[in-house]
Amino acid sequence: MTAMQILFLGVGIAAVLSAMLVVTVRNLIHAALWLVVTLFSVAITFVLLDAGFLATVQVVLYIGAIAILIIFGIMLTRRVMMSDVGPQVNASWWLGALLSILLFATVTWVVLQMDWPSLPTTDLSMTLNELGHSLVDPDKYVLPFELASIMLIVALIGAIAIAWPGKESQ
Amino acid sequence: MIPLSWYLILAGALFCIGVYGVLARKSAIGILMSIELMVNAAIINLVAFWRYGDPNNVSGQAFAVIVYAVAAALASVGLALIISIYRRRSTVVAEDINLLKW
Repeated sequence: MTAMQILFLGVGIAAVLSAMLVVTVRNLIHAALWLVVTLFSVAITFVLLDAGFLATVQVVLYIGAIAILIIFGIMLTRRVMMSDVGPQVNASWWLGALLSILLFATVTWVVLQMDWPSLPTTDLSMTLNELGHSLVDPDKYVLPFELASIMLIVALIGAIAIAWPGKESQ
Repeated sequence: MIPLSWYLILAGALFCIGVYGVLARKSAIGILMSIELMVNAAIINLVAFWRYGDPNNVSGQAFAVIVYAVAAALASVGLALIISIYRRRSTVVAEDINLLKW
C-alpha cells in the first residue's frame, strides 16, 4: 500500500458514500450538497490521474455551474417537495436497487477478469499544450469541438425558450 | 501505483448508484442529479483509459472536454423542462407527469 493507494481509497470511499446519500437522502437541498461532495471527490481522482486541467474544469463547471443550477432548480420548485408527505422513492425502488446491484456485480466481475495494462511512465509535462492544440487542429478535434459549442448554445437558447413564462401564466 | 481496475470499479459504483437514483427517485430534480452522477462516472473512465493507455495521445481528454459540454447542456435543458412543467402542473414528481403516458 503506497500513499497514493491510501489516498485513492479514501477519496473513492468518500465519493461512493456521498453518492449514496445523494440518491437516498430525503431533503433535496441536502442531496444537492452531497452531490457537491461527490463531484469534488471525482475532481481529486482526476488529480491522481495527472489530469489537472480536467480537475479544474470539474470544479469550475460542475460545482460552480451545474450544482448551483440544480440548487436553484430545487429552490424554484421546493413548495411541493419540502412539504411532501410519504417517502422520496417510488413503489418499485427495490427493483431499481436489485438491478443496480446486479449491474455493479457484473461490471466488477468483468473488470476483475481482464488483464489491464500498468501505468505507463511517459513524460506528461506537454499534455496540456497538446490538448489545447488538438482542440483547434483541423486534422484532429476542431470539428467536434465547434459542434459541441454550437450544441451548447442551441441548448441554452432552447432552455430559455422552454422556461419562458407563457401567456397562460400571466 | 494505483491499478487501472480500481478506477474502473469506482466509476462502475458511481454509475450503478446513479442508475438506482434514476429508477427510484420520485422527484424529477433528484433524477437529474443521478444522471449527473452517471455522466461523472463516464468521465472518470475516459480519463483513466487516457492515462493508462497512451498519454501522448490526448483524445481521451478531448473527449472528456466534449462530454463536459454535453453535461452542461443536459443540466440546463433538464432544469428548464422541470421549471416549465412545475409552472403548468405544480408538480415535480416524475410519476405525476403522465400526459404522454400510453
